[in-house]
Amino acid sequence: MKLLIPLYGCIVIILGMFLFQYSELTESMERGNEIYSDFCITCHLSKGEGVPYTFPPLAKSDYLMNNREQSIKTVKYGLQGEITVNEIVYNSGMAAMGLEDEEVADVMNYIANSWGNTYDSIVTEDEVSKVQKE
Amino acid sequence: MKKSALSFYIFVVMLNLSCAQETENKVITPEKVPFIAELFVDDLLIPWGFTFLPDSSILITEKSGELIHFKDGKKSIIGNVPEVYQRGQGGLLDVVAHPNYADNGWVYFSFSSAEGIEKGGNTSIFRAKITAKALTEIQVLYKAGPNTTKGQHFGSRIAFDNDGYLYFSVGDRGARDDNPQDITRDGGKIYRLMDDGSIPKDNPFVDQDNAKAAIYSYGHRNPQGLIKHPETGEIWNHEHGPRGGDEINVVKKAANYGWPLVTFGINYSGTPITDETSMEGMETPIHYWVPSIAPSGMAYVTSDKYDNWKGSLLVGSLAFQYLERLEMDGKKVISREKLLDGKGRVRDVREGPDGLIYVAIEGKGIYKLVPTK
Repeated sequence: MKLLIPLYGCIVIILGMFLFQYSELTESMERGNEIYSDFCITCHLSKGEGVPYTFPPLAKSDYLMNNREQSIKTVKYGLQGEITVNEIVYNSGMAAMGLEDEEVADVMNYIANSWGNTYDSIVTEDEVSKVQKE
Repeated sequence: MKKSALSFYIFVVMLNLSCAQETENKVITPEKVPFIAELFVDDLLIPWGFTFLPDSSILITEKSGELIHFKDGKKSIIGNVPEVYQRGQGGLLDVVAHPNYADNGWVYFSFSSAEGIEKGGNTSIFRAKITAKALTEIQVLYKAGPNTTKGQHFGSRIAFDNDGYLYFSVGDRGARDDNPQDITRDGGKIYRLMDDGSIPKDNPFVDQDNAKAAIYSYGHRNPQGLIKHPETGEIWNHEHGPRGGDEINVVKKAANYGWPLVTFGINYSGTPITDETSMEGMETPIHYWVPSIAPSGMAYVTSDKYDNWKGSLLVGSLAFQYLERLEMDGKKVISREKLLDGKGRVRDVREGPDGLIYVAIEGKGIYKLVPTK
């Protein structure tokens, strides 16, 4: 019986943290969706499907799923040179979009958790700010 | 009974014929082309615009904000370029030398500018001279407002007509329901100014209360091709549609091009914008593309260096990465040809003073089409 109260407390705290992160993620994704419609959709298209050999897909993209830091860097600073996504080589480049760190985090959370994609933790503004151009 | 079936059949056939617009013609990849593409200026990232000077050197804008002078095979940087608002499709955009550049030295530029009180940026036009590798005598001729942090649709192509008027485009800046149909607001317009930036007295909306007096035509989405037709002297534009519905238009004074009330395109999400493709009082394009090729840059071929190309329009495709040649009969597109397929995103195309065609491709540079005959 004595154990029950701390256990209850623990459950409330853990659940609270989980729910808090969940709502934080949904809110970030909602903002990210708007940014996506403004900056990304013209090339990567509405379901992240891209255009084979021209604009790489974001939906179920091995590149996005396996290269978290590099993906943040790409959204933040743009990309030049060759990349391989789902076994197709792309070489068209992407200009830097001029997004603020918070916006990079939001749009990352949107693309990394939509169309069948998932990241195991939320991308934060702080994390984005630490990603350097190299 | 049989007669009515037959007339119904004829009706259906005629209906189909009347709906078949030339855009449904497939774009053809020719087996033989009358040129070899030679990389003329190498190592450019996003060469947004370029213009020839009388000494045959080239001024090139990089979207990132660099202005490059290419002369005798060498690149040098021109300094003192105003700071660009780096966001989305913004940057240092078009560059066009004044038709009388040899006498007056003026060069005209468009860029995304953060000037103003609101956060964000909007399209601005300025002119300047070049002295000792730097821009001097910079004069801002127009700054669209208000600023917005939206990343899309700056428009920004510049052209001069035979009477010395300066035309430029500003896209809808991502506010399609606010800007294009409202002549008291900037955005979704083609503008006309005198070459010193003053407003021509006979601009269509000068006497209208609160209207932006520089507006020449409206209801545009994002025009990134603007030329003077060398034979008729008309101004022609092309513009990006949404998903589908890129257009070529003849730009007429006070005309409404219909965006977003009429379009051949749909939303990126696949949902419809409107069922209307034409409406009373709105201009219908002389050509439209479905699917969108994402047109950028436009040139009219006046030289006879390439077989039967004289009189053709050339248009860059960003989305499908090729140069399109549209064979024209007056205002009618006869056929479409795919050139430089797969070379990269074609951002701009111009005819040089030597009558040759030059093509700016992202990540590559500027190609010269060397005739093979």
